[in-house]
Amino acid sequence: MLPILQIGPFAVQTPGLVLLLGLWLGLTLAERLAPRYGSEANTIYNLSFTALVAGILGARLSYVLQYTDAFIASPISLISLNPALLDPVGGAVIGVFAAAVYGNRKQLRLWPTLNAITPLLAVLAIAFGLSHVASGDAFGMQTDLPWGIQLWGAKRHPTQIYEVILASLILWAILPPSKGRSRLTSVLTAETFWRFLALSAGARLFIEGLRGDSLALENGVRIAQIAAWLVLALSLWMLNKGAEQLKHETD
Amino acid sequence: MKTLLEKYRIPTYLFVLILGAVWTWLSAVPAGSTSAGEIPAPQEGFSAPDFSLRSLDGDTVTLSELRGQPVLINLWTSWCAPCRAEMPAMQRIHEKYRERGFVILAVNATNQDSPNSAAAFVAEHGLTFPILLDVDGSVSEHYHLRSLPTSFFVNSQGIIKEVVIGGPMSEALLQTRVDNLLAEAP
Repeated sequence: MLPILQIGPFAVQTPGLVLLLGLWLGLTLAERLAPRYGSEANTIYNLSFTALVAGILGARLSYVLQYTDAFIASPISLISLNPALLDPVGGAVIGVFAAAVYGNRKQLRLWPTLNAITPLLAVLAIAFGLSHVASGDAFGMQTDLPWGIQLWGAKRHPTQIYEVILASLILWAILPPSKGRSRLTSVLTAETFWRFLALSAGARLFIEGLRGDSLALENGVRIAQIAAWLVLALSLWMLNKGAEQLKHETD
Repeated sequence: MKTLLEKYRIPTYLFVLILGAVWTWLSAVPAGSTSAGEIPAPQEGFSAPDFSLRSLDGDTVTLSELRGQPVLINLWTSWCAPCRAEMPAMQRIHEKYRERGFVILAVNATNQDSPNSAAAFVAEHGLTFPILLDVDGSVSEHYHLRSLPTSFFVNSQGIIKEVVIGGPMSEALLQTRVDNLLAEAP
């Protein structure tokens, strides 16, 4: 665990640094691979940048709308650089909406574009895992297993490490697409994107069951697992639909 | 030639979904598996590690004796610029919310500072909330202090609800967090 990296007089928050590095690496990889998914590198960069800027502004706006009184009392806080004044859910919704508007205006094809941004999402998933390693967040429940780690006063499942390992395997699994057939499946069905989503939902479903900080329903069922199961079901349904469509096209 | 997955695609997908549902059911949270309130640790969801420290006024303040009141523990030094910058906002929040039971404990990391410098800073800014002196650095150690300032928002049950590393915290941030702590207080 290394939440702070001291560089001379500067204390850098390691989780944030890791996420920024992940964003940069993910964008670089996505731009490089974009032509293999039938997209242009510049388009993917502009789309991601639009979503990112809109997401950050939207996250602040959403937060301000939730706590208007606090910002009326202290208007200068509107431009505070503190990420604790952002609403991640609101930011994600507005970021996706901005990307959709951009894609519509540029008349981007949905499936190839989704495939082309998948490498970025896959690298970001690894970066999130590494940020949890650095911060000690997303920690596991207590265990006696020999690979348990001492964290927050107990021996725990190293769920952050599981997260990094599974996210790395998922990146490996979706890259690179095999030539020929994969190009066809990608263009027709967004197979890469749905495969990534199915694998990531499966990974979350598994890891969440070992977490020590889950939100749960009254009967103990973890809410994140229910969400992951639904995403998994949707992804498998889309993969199946895509496979049927591909079979129809190639017959 | 079809791969096995292509041949048995739908049964495989159904099997995966059933397996996922079974795992979700089996891994439902057993009693005591989450750590909230069980173990003292300087992390969200855990019980705030207890301490007793002497204040600049000479009183002794014990965290556990404030159970029932939401508390902000702010670790700071007088030479740390972001710490200095956020103190006026903390003072305004203190004045606004103290009547409702909210407490600010500004723990000076005195092992990296001096009581005289702390006292001079407090006098200069007219701070009226308790300034505690962590002379031997034990609280800094128990709260894993790695960067100044670091703040812990603790609810009335003594559970850490949020850790803010670095600063300065804006007044809006302080107000939203305190409002949330007071809203969940019984």
